[in-house]
Amino acid sequence: MQQVVPAIALEVSVLLLGVLMLFAEAFSRRADRSHMAKYAIGVLAALVGFSFFTQAAPDTIAAGSYWKFYSVDATALFFKRIALVSTIVFLVMALEYRHILARFIPGEEEGRGTGEFYCLPVFICAGLMFMASAVDFILIFVSLELVTIGFYALVAYMRRHTLSLEAGVKYLILGALSTGFLVYGITWIFGLTGETSLALVKANLISGFSAAAAGGASADGPLAGNETALLFGIVLILVALGFKVAAAPFQLWVPDVYQGAPTPVTAFLSVGSKAAGFVVLVRVLDVFLAVPAVQGKVTAVLVLLAAATLIYGNITALPQENLKRLFAYSSIAHAGYLLMACASLGGDFAVAKQAVSFYLAGYLLMTLLSFLILIVVARHSRGDEIRHFNGLGKRSPMLAFAMTLAIASLAGIPLTAGFLGKFLVFKTAIATGHWVLIGIGIVAVAAGFYYYIKVIAAMYWREPEDAKSIEIAPLTRAAITILGVLIIVLGIFPRPVLDQLRERRQGPPAQVARH
Amino acid sequence: MTVISLIILLPIANALAIMLGAPARRSALLASWVQLALTLFAVLGYNRTVGGVQFGSSWSVAPEWGLSLRLGADGLSLIMLLLTALVTVAAIHASPRIEKREGLFFACILLIDAGAAGAFASFDLFFFYAFHELALIPTFLLIGLWGHGQRHAAAWRITIYLALGSIIVLVGLAKLYLAQNVALLPGHARTFDMIVMAKTPALIPAAAQGGIYIWLLIGFGILISLVPFHSWAPGAYASAPTPAAMLHAGVLKKFGLYGLLRVAVPLLPEGAKQWAHVLLVLLVLNILYIGLVTIAQKRLDTMLGYSSVMHMGYVFLGIAAGNAVGLSGAALLMLGHGLSIAALFAMAGHLRQSSPTLAFTDFGGIAKRAPFLGYAFGMAAFASIGLPGFANFSSEIMVFFGAFGSVPQPGTLSFSAIQIAVICGLWGVVISAVYMLRAFRKIFMGEDTGSAVVAEPKCDLRWAVIILLVALLIGGVWPKSYLSFIQPSVEAILAK
Repeated sequence: MQQVVPAIALEVSVLLLGVLMLFAEAFSRRADRSHMAKYAIGVLAALVGFSFFTQAAPDTIAAGSYWKFYSVDATALFFKRIALVSTIVFLVMALEYRHILARFIPGEEEGRGTGEFYCLPVFICAGLMFMASAVDFILIFVSLELVTIGFYALVAYMRRHTLSLEAGVKYLILGALSTGFLVYGITWIFGLTGETSLALVKANLISGFSAAAAGGASADGPLAGNETALLFGIVLILVALGFKVAAAPFQLWVPDVYQGAPTPVTAFLSVGSKAAGFVVLVRVLDVFLAVPAVQGKVTAVLVLLAAATLIYGNITALPQENLKRLFAYSSIAHAGYLLMACASLGGDFAVAKQAVSFYLAGYLLMTLLSFLILIVVARHSRGDEIRHFNGLGKRSPMLAFAMTLAIASLAGIPLTAGFLGKFLVFKTAIATGHWVLIGIGIVAVAAGFYYYIKVIAAMYWREPEDAKSIEIAPLTRAAITILGVLIIVLGIFPRPVLDQLRERRQGPPAQVARH
Repeated sequence: MTVISLIILLPIANALAIMLGAPARRSALLASWVQLALTLFAVLGYNRTVGGVQFGSSWSVAPEWGLSLRLGADGLSLIMLLLTALVTVAAIHASPRIEKREGLFFACILLIDAGAAGAFASFDLFFFYAFHELALIPTFLLIGLWGHGQRHAAAWRITIYLALGSIIVLVGLAKLYLAQNVALLPGHARTFDMIVMAKTPALIPAAAQGGIYIWLLIGFGILISLVPFHSWAPGAYASAPTPAAMLHAGVLKKFGLYGLLRVAVPLLPEGAKQWAHVLLVLLVLNILYIGLVTIAQKRLDTMLGYSSVMHMGYVFLGIAAGNAVGLSGAALLMLGHGLSIAALFAMAGHLRQSSPTLAFTDFGGIAKRAPFLGYAFGMAAFASIGLPGFANFSSEIMVFFGAFGSVPQPGTLSFSAIQIAVICGLWGVVISAVYMLRAFRKIFMGEDTGSAVVAEPKCDLRWAVIILLVALLIGGVWPKSYLSFIQPSVEAILAK
């Protein structure tokens, strides 16, 4: 395969696109901004294509080059594509949602003031892509903030909608708090190792805590006795990331924010924010789990987080009647499965990482598909309760079938991408021997069947409240078809994703020069 | 494209075509007959002197996990595919007139059919499991939309139970996959390929087998309705629309038994020994306890539901025997039970048109007015009891003989555990006779009370019942016809 594009050109292009869209927003005379979104979809789709032709990182890294904090391994590229695809689908959803949005935006004509709704996600996308490549705590922090600040504005975007404003405030306060935790944690790690680059932190920690340091056979490393300090820093970072991925007990913001935010933002939040959180989590766990002194304790913390998240997410999802809220709780549940795989990172790292990545790919497809359908149906039924889906099988067989597919995948029924993800998660947990988590996971899956299939029951068992058939815009129809087909294809034939996840270069990553 | 992959693809393609607007009943009927013809073609084309898996096709899906979509059929799968095709044809013939959403109804039936056929024809652990789950949502929709009585509660219960059973099976299969002794496998990589696994002796270390076996036993046990995991079955079958009950009780439930035969028996012999006593206790409970519960039923539909739970105990007994006679008997009984229960549910569906509750007190003396129905129901009931002349008799005899002879006789007056289980199980035949004959007497004999007026079934339903009964009679009069396919496969399973 030709490798002609420098990887960082992808992020730069996305940023340029965002800036251009800002200009267009400022100077365009047309009130209707939907054309902006359509152009952006085209550009982002082209970038997905370009991402297959990126250059690999150089073998040796010169001092002062950006490769010190930026990497393009297969995982990074994979998550860049996830970011791009979810942004594209977000824009499709935003177009579908624009009439509802305009109702809650003050403005003399419809569409005025909605431009940022299309261009903020593009900046968030750039942040997500940087995060996928970040191998330095500073870049991790900066890109995480780029993403989070974008979301602050998007969540509260419907200025005349009290629920949206409430969601924005809650998200802002808790988000700022978690940022504080993250910085504080990074500071502790930096204080211990004197480095922010993950590779160097890892090397310093391993040599610092090893019983037989370079100096002598029996001498302790220079950091011996500082396990508590290291654990403190790690736990602070885990708390911050737990907030991003919606892990219990840091999930309190999720239901209100998911329900209050404009629906496209909810979808983007649950996919983009979660994917970014997990890619960072995997990267930092790679460092922390390599330190034998704390490996057991970090794993124990992860097991606890996973167990709490699985139990909380699944139990609270059971009685929900509002679909957005249901998806909010179920997104916590999915974070639980992902954490289950993360807790197994201490075993076979590559296998567990593959499970996380594959699960996220499937999660992306099924979540975006279900939210896309939710937006279409909510627009026609004027509400996003489960009962608004009553009789969808009669009103629009295509939407009902696609939703059934998304739900089947979310519940983890075989021959869908969601099942394969769950299978990999359980497999890696079994290989590591986390039997408590597996026991909880089994109950969680059974509970998941109940609350997901409730939607199928509404669509097929019940009679519609109004029998009007539902019109679907061509762009939306195309997106629904593509996502649905991908869910089945990945469930039966996962090879394309597995090939993308395989590292191009075998052996150790490039050495990073010290200061 | 092999004939086996056509058998699986045909119903899926037909289901899609129906959802896109093809005439539902007619195209489903056509597809089911074509499927039966293809299956017979495969059965006749199977080279018994060569044996083994034939009509194979393989499509590599994820080489790094050793995963490929591997389809094919040996004698045992052919018999199960034959059962699937026969019951599907009968089920579609026996479908009542569907008032609402006919297309969705037949699409669901065909998807269940495809899932069962796919599971029986897959020689890869992953797809073997995955195909079975294809039936889950269609079953939920069928019972909830077109069922009777407390259909919603029944649909929820069966779905949650089966999902739970499936995930437990999945954990067991994942454990099995991870426990493989990699050094023995070609390429030193783990594989999902059941043919490769069956060829490798001592693939699973003996110490790990017990831990895997119990997961599979509980998981498959839930799917098969082994006591105490059976409570989903009677209610679901009683509430399900006729064809769904026929397919589920007749075919889909056999997936768990087939899985035990295919996976647990050859790969986990040590595990089976460790849990043998637990299995014996449970299967005796299945026969005697559920048998007594069946006698207490006052309605035909729940009685049939419980009886189908009860008869699973015999199949388990054959599997517990672990020798060629017992296992062949178990496989033949899977066929016999599937055909007889499908026929009984088909006729119960016809009776339901006159009395929605199917209470025994609503009927009486129907045989006078509807002699065909009387004869046919009588034959199916006799088959279900296990009277000579039907496949159930020959298979139950084999199960009992196989189980009794599976251990050396310890002394003239003492028996080993499995022999005691056989002695208890024999009483199950008496129990079946009690409830089946009583039901037959109450519905078809005696005074014509006239409270539920039953007409002779239409031509469609007659065909359905005749097909099933003929297949049952062949198995009773000439069991070799089926056993010549089953026995070599069973011996291959045991040979390793």
